[in-house]
Amino acid sequence: MTQTKSRLHLIAAAAIFCASAASAQTQPKLKVGLMLPYTGTYASLGTAIENGFKQFVTEQGGKLGGREIEFVKVDDASDPSKATDNVNKLIKRDNVDVLIGSVHSGVAMAMAKVAKDTGTLMIVPNAGAGAITGAMCAPNVFRSSFSMWQSGYAMGDVMAKKGIKKVVTITWKYAAGDESVGGFKEAFEKGGGQVVKELNLPFPNVEFQALLTEIAATKPDAVYTFFAGGGAVKFVKDYAGTGLKKSIPLYGAGFLTDGTLEAQGADADGLLTTLHYADALNTPRDNAFRLAYAKAYKLQPDVYAVQGYDAAQMLGVGLAAVKGDTTKKAEFAAALHKAKIDSPRGAFTISKFNNPVQDIYLRQVSGKENKLVSIASKALTDPGRGCKL
Amino acid sequence: MDFSIFLIQCLNALQYGLLLFLVASGLTLIFGIMGVINLAHGSFYMIGAYMAYALAPIVGATLGGGFFATLAVGVVLAVLLGYVLEWAFFSFLYEREHLQQVLMTYGLILVFEELRSLLAGDEVHGVAPPDFLAGTLALGDVMTYPVYRLFISGVCLALALGMYFVFTRTRLGMMIRAGSTNREMVQSLGIDIKFLYRVVFAAGLGVAVLAGMVAAPVSSVYPNMGDSVLIICFVIVVIGGIGSIRGALLAALLIGFVDTFGKVFLPQAAGVLVYVLMALILLWKPDGLFKAG
Repeated sequence: MTQTKSRLHLIAAAAIFCASAASAQTQPKLKVGLMLPYTGTYASLGTAIENGFKQFVTEQGGKLGGREIEFVKVDDASDPSKATDNVNKLIKRDNVDVLIGSVHSGVAMAMAKVAKDTGTLMIVPNAGAGAITGAMCAPNVFRSSFSMWQSGYAMGDVMAKKGIKKVVTITWKYAAGDESVGGFKEAFEKGGGQVVKELNLPFPNVEFQALLTEIAATKPDAVYTFFAGGGAVKFVKDYAGTGLKKSIPLYGAGFLTDGTLEAQGADADGLLTTLHYADALNTPRDNAFRLAYAKAYKLQPDVYAVQGYDAAQMLGVGLAAVKGDTTKKAEFAAALHKAKIDSPRGAFTISKFNNPVQDIYLRQVSGKENKLVSIASKALTDPGRGCKL
Repeated sequence: MDFSIFLIQCLNALQYGLLLFLVASGLTLIFGIMGVINLAHGSFYMIGAYMAYALAPIVGATLGGGFFATLAVGVVLAVLLGYVLEWAFFSFLYEREHLQQVLMTYGLILVFEELRSLLAGDEVHGVAPPDFLAGTLALGDVMTYPVYRLFISGVCLALALGMYFVFTRTRLGMMIRAGSTNREMVQSLGIDIKFLYRVVFAAGLGVAVLAGMVAAPVSSVYPNMGDSVLIICFVIVVIGGIGSIRGALLAALLIGFVDTFGKVFLPQAAGVLVYVLMALILLWKPDGLFKAG
């Protein structure tokens, strides 16, 4: 028994030795660790990001910066409590050169902390927590998506310019909600408006009725909100159900109507939201991207697919500058800060805090699409508060 | 807060409380009478909501549609599912420790969530209320109140009365109550307690699925939706007294009012008020408001 076992070990050891010897002879592949949600509520977002990322790699002939790409995938299940373990596995066991992830802000923050400590290159393809490119920022941690502050700030500007004076805000009491409302309030009050009441409920509570009655009692000129996913669907339906939609216009960060329009139906019609992407942008760049994506994956791309695609573009730009050598982190970062990323959303640059400097669009819901209305904020840059880069 | 707004908030609280009761009543049946801690109860609620979403077109194609026909088909399927689940899993749990019950029913949550993901995907879905309940009533000058919410309250009240009647006034109810007090004695009197339990379990599951189906047009349908109701349901069962339908109704209404007015007057503490209420009531009455038996 023991003999068979030790013989097995010997064979295994030999196999591993042979494998590593074989790979040492060819040019080493660049190991990209994809830490994304493949199960749970955000599973479809994780898939879209991976699809987008791989689409760009395929367009480049499977190579970035002259190196072939090998993917190592981990399902983070949007669970922050397992995030540190998962990211350590990718870095220490799988020896990845680059980390891509994640959707959930709590998970991404745990990843960013480890990436900062170990100096691993990392690109965040969604999570919008301000701290990632703010208080927790690092020279080797980049973001291809957005910060919560950006869409909120853009909407504050839009509403102040419309001449709206009194606004009630309503959101979940957690980091994303606070940051979105914070950005909104900053721009709205700068533009002469006043937030008369800030309503909150604990995440992920969806019993809105009491707070909607509060809104009816306060009678503001308009309401600004941040909700996403199931909560966004229920909020929009309840808002219409209580009749408020007719008397008090509802505005929101774009997550309110992204990926949720099918479920919201007619109750979402006409809503105005701000985000860094929109349906029917109708630029040649976006049309080409959408066509290629639809062909490759038999799916319509969304904002998450764009963010995944751009994460790969950013990696490509950085790697090209260092000729595939991921140890040259300063050159990698310098190249990104100088680069113009040719994104389907419209070209953007990278701020010194490593967050996209991008146009935020004002969109209106019509016929199950977030149609582009105008550019709400041109080249908006997140202030990166607390970041010492 | 002026008086009309106060009245509207009371209506909100009442409606929320009644909806909570609808979900919790099935749990108090299973937990109180059979002594099984059923963490999978929230999943049954979720299954109900997904049934409302998925069954409507199927029922429409085969039986000519209709909101009540869909509800009926859903409840029948749920009772069948409950019967099979009890036979396959829960019947082995009555004599076991609570930890083993928790482990198995937690396992069922994972199984049901994964099945949901495979069969229905991870997207959020909306369910339209039936046309004849889609209207709204004017409340004050700004707000309206959806008729469907009143309908939910009506269903909850009818079900509460029905359950109360069955438990206190019928022979079946007598047998169930006796079974929860002394299983062996009931058995030796010639009553098939195994069958009885199977019926109770199937009924509890049926109520939870009905709650999910009725609530779907208001709550919408999304992954993990059962988790949030599960915890609040346990709070209701504990406050109301385990196994007591009357207690569950009172506790659900209490929570409806505390949660609604808590959000308005003490927004920073809204998340914990319900649990503070539970702690206070348990200090005062450790067995809950009405202990069954």
